[in-house]
Amino acid sequence: MKVEFDYTRSLGPVLSRFMTGLRDRQVVGGVLEDGTVVVPPPEYDPVTHREISEFVSVGDEGVVTTWSWVADPVMDQPLAEPFAFALIQLDGADVAFLHAVAVDSPAEMGTGMRVRIRWAEQTTGSITDIACFEPVPDSQRFDTIAEPSESEPVTRIVTPVRLAYEYAASPEESKFFRGLAEGRILGQRCPVCHKVYVPPRGACPVDGVPTTDEVELPDRGTVTTFCIVNVPFLGQRIKPPYVSAYVLLDGADIAFLHLILDADASEVRMGMRVEAVWKPRAEWGTTIENISHFRPTGEPDADYDTYKQHL
Amino acid sequence: MRDVAVVGFAQRQTKEMDGSPTCVELLVPIFAELLEQTGWTKSDIGFWCSGSSDYLAGRSFSFVSAVDAIGALPPVNESHVEMDAAWALYEAWIKLQTGEADTALVYGFGKASAGVLRRTLAMQLDPYTVTPLWPDTVSIAGLQARAGLDHGIWDERAMAEVAARSRTAGTENEYAVRKGVTTIEDVLSEELYADPLRRSDCAPVSDGAAAMVIAAVDSPAFATLQRDGAAAVITGFEHRVDQITLGTRDLTRAPSAALAGAAAGASAVDMAELHAPFSHQELILRRELGLGEGVTINPSGGALCANPMFSAGLVRIGEAARRVWSGESRKALGHATSGPALQQNLVCVMEGRS
Amino acid sequence: MGSEGRKQLAAVMGVGQTHHRAKREDVSIAGLLREAVDRALEDAGLGFEDIDAVVVGKAPDLFEGVMMPELFLAEALGAVGKPLLRVHTAGSVGGSTAIVAASLVQAGVHERVLTVAFEKQSESNAMWALSVPVPFIMPVHAGAGGYFAPHVRSYIRRSGAPTHIGAMVAAKDRQNALKNPYAHLHNEGTTMETVLASQILWDPIRYDETCPSSDGACALVIGSESAVEAAGIPNPAWIHGTVMRSEPTTAAERDQVNPQAGRDAAAALWKQAKITNPYEEIDCAEIYVPFSWFEPMWLENLGFAAEGEGWKVTESGATALDGALPVNMSGGVLSSNPIGASGMLRFAEAALQVMGEAGDHQVNGARRALGHAYGGGSQFFAMWVVGSDKPA
Repeated sequence: MKVEFDYTRSLGPVLSRFMTGLRDRQVVGGVLEDGTVVVPPPEYDPVTHREISEFVSVGDEGVVTTWSWVADPVMDQPLAEPFAFALIQLDGADVAFLHAVAVDSPAEMGTGMRVRIRWAEQTTGSITDIACFEPVPDSQRFDTIAEPSESEPVTRIVTPVRLAYEYAASPEESKFFRGLAEGRILGQRCPVCHKVYVPPRGACPVDGVPTTDEVELPDRGTVTTFCIVNVPFLGQRIKPPYVSAYVLLDGADIAFLHLILDADASEVRMGMRVEAVWKPRAEWGTTIENISHFRPTGEPDADYDTYKQHL
Repeated sequence: MRDVAVVGFAQRQTKEMDGSPTCVELLVPIFAELLEQTGWTKSDIGFWCSGSSDYLAGRSFSFVSAVDAIGALPPVNESHVEMDAAWALYEAWIKLQTGEADTALVYGFGKASAGVLRRTLAMQLDPYTVTPLWPDTVSIAGLQARAGLDHGIWDERAMAEVAARSRTAGTENEYAVRKGVTTIEDVLSEELYADPLRRSDCAPVSDGAAAMVIAAVDSPAFATLQRDGAAAVITGFEHRVDQITLGTRDLTRAPSAALAGAAAGASAVDMAELHAPFSHQELILRRELGLGEGVTINPSGGALCANPMFSAGLVRIGEAARRVWSGESRKALGHATSGPALQQNLVCVMEGRS
Repeated sequence: MGSEGRKQLAAVMGVGQTHHRAKREDVSIAGLLREAVDRALEDAGLGFEDIDAVVVGKAPDLFEGVMMPELFLAEALGAVGKPLLRVHTAGSVGGSTAIVAASLVQAGVHERVLTVAFEKQSESNAMWALSVPVPFIMPVHAGAGGYFAPHVRSYIRRSGAPTHIGAMVAAKDRQNALKNPYAHLHNEGTTMETVLASQILWDPIRYDETCPSSDGACALVIGSESAVEAAGIPNPAWIHGTVMRSEPTTAAERDQVNPQAGRDAAAALWKQAKITNPYEEIDCAEIYVPFSWFEPMWLENLGFAAEGEGWKVTESGATALDGALPVNMSGGVLSSNPIGASGMLRFAEAALQVMGEAGDHQVNGARRALGHAYGGGSQFFAMWVVGSDKPA
């Protein structure tokens, strides 16, 4: 399961100043009210809590104040080969900040060593405009007042987040999904309240115990309530309009959401009798999507009293 | 303050749980165990509070299905913090202080193995200037460890002593996912894993859940408890936070731990369960909390034996409480941490009373 | 259960909120929060140095793509060296966050607590964050609207409410929003007719009957009786009752239209606030109504109307700004919806009413007001009653 999104972050005045500097290959620090120069500039003074409004440009060389070795870099880190993360105090700054140092082995790293920025080939206004730091034998110091950039300031950044998760089903869910792979719908009864849950549950939400006794359910039931989806949205798999309905299978005590197709959306009613339309067997997996959708059976509608307690 | 006692505790910790990220499979037996310990039913619980994280589970509202494990119809008085369950315990303790409830059940859970934990935790950092570099948890801990080594505040041997003692203590803990009789030399002979850290310096990625019951000592419910041993009455409960920025902190210190510890009366304990996911962090915490040589540290083996995210802090309090119940400790503290490099710290001090 | 006599008095001393907009591209996350926080502190006449603890609330972390963002915000919120808590109870979170903050004072632990709730939805896409596809689940949801529309249909079927009720609510709330400078939507000329003419998105819910997606924050300073006196605040909003209740998302035969957790919470709240007839004794209410039909549904759930009668209260005009029970004077969630903050905005707007500081949307003589929030699948409820007078 992938959780991936490019977040668009508006920066506000302080971070905008810092990112604009990076795009112009200049590191901008914030001056706290006690005179301390901090890189990256904090948005607010830690003592007076006022917004930072004074900036200086600091050097592109500095000193490693501490470091750790990354023998096995993980995805999206600044370097794909082994490298060091370090806190680096740039010349003109009073505190260090975190970035990567490119060296071949931990033997080449040391606290107190001088390093210099290696800029990315293209700078856009992002902390990754600093590709990494490299060791340098010596350097010159300089502190200057940061001049506001002549060009358009950087006011937002895009930060991609890519995370992967393995989603495991509970034992009860697993039985349900394995059943689906065989074209069966398997519910389970709560041993305390005797209600039939589909899918089965790791905990009956009323009694807090796992559902147990297996109940095979028919693939037909009643629409309790529904809505007609007319709105397109990111990640949508079916073209609107379509009906998203709660279907109460005969013999179950809880309805679940599925699609109603093969009928005009305006024909779908509360109480309508429906049956599952399965995908071709060759396409089956351990998923509820083996059921393509539900369609009307043509039976008379269920009486309101038979399903009103499921609304 | 109203006297509130820890009266029940249950836990499950594993390397990789074969189950859903809701951890309902773990919570159901834990809740049953707690009701057995207290002799109460669900309706005797006045307040429920949990701690967990959506990013650990990889989905929004991941805590919602955990409510099923309660069996929450009829509805319950319930809340949730996106923090370690130790802070859920704090919220519950506050609720009992207001008098609105006499009893509470607190739980935390997380399946860290669902994702890549050291990447996931990079999402906790400054989203503008730090997260885009994806600094992993181990690297950040390494920066902190080296700061202490460079300044002579601790040395490799002191770190190895923590690792060896923890792992050895873990042999007595059925829930330890990493344990074994280990000497300092064993640890020092290990290769560096993330220089300056060895694997033994780092907590293992762990899945798990834990839950605790607390009750106001002046309540009718407390009087119905049929338990042997002492009650673990909370005498101090405090938490504080530091800024996240690594560069503006002295990484060898944890001011928030010192503040919380001083306010909670940490220096008076004879035993401490410290939530230190890295060996050098135990050294920092002992100093900040004023724990001298005579104080027993992490008899459970601590986080270096198992560190289930979002319940490991509560587990520390539970492990301390158990030893107060048994009389092994007269006064013990449980500590929890959160955020990079000990940014946020909580201290709960408990005293045995018969 | 419990011994209520222990509870210390607590009051809202200061209220602050942002100008809510679809995209607040002029500020960072911290900047958004500070806009609300600075206003709340100024309103209370206090500085960060006066604050004992900070309580942050917001909905899922996936919205902003920051895990536990309160950690990186700690310094900007003046929380360094202090206790910092982070609450997340789904959509009700703004309300429950205020309740947790109040409980720190009611417990006698703190004198002055700062609480802030927020969402910066423009950093991501709400529908994406809410519906990251989970394997095994049929992907039919279309965000929150798709989730709630079937239950609205159930309400209409059960109560026999006429179609125009939802449109009446939407028109009223949008008109109220014109009197609230902080509201996101300022849609001039919204009437029942224009709402009825808008596109049906999730039948039976129309476009104009849905809440917007907003960036915004809300902050409160909650203090003890002595803190109120020391600050010389003449018109605090005294907290008369706070309640939270939860139930499962789905359960066999769970009432999803009129959930028991909401009914239980309201009953407990009225008891705490010593109210026997809420319709008579509450002067105005800020109720969490993200889809217009939830006004009549929650009027019933809260006990302002008998079951099936809520729509009649709405239809009578009683919930208008000049009605017998004004509801959502600020324009409500239908006009501003920074999700994590939406609940706290309800609580804050209730406080502003009894403080007499609600400006153009002030209800004359409001002395007792309800703030209400709900979340998840209508399963998490948080509510409070605030009053101009100290609780009896």
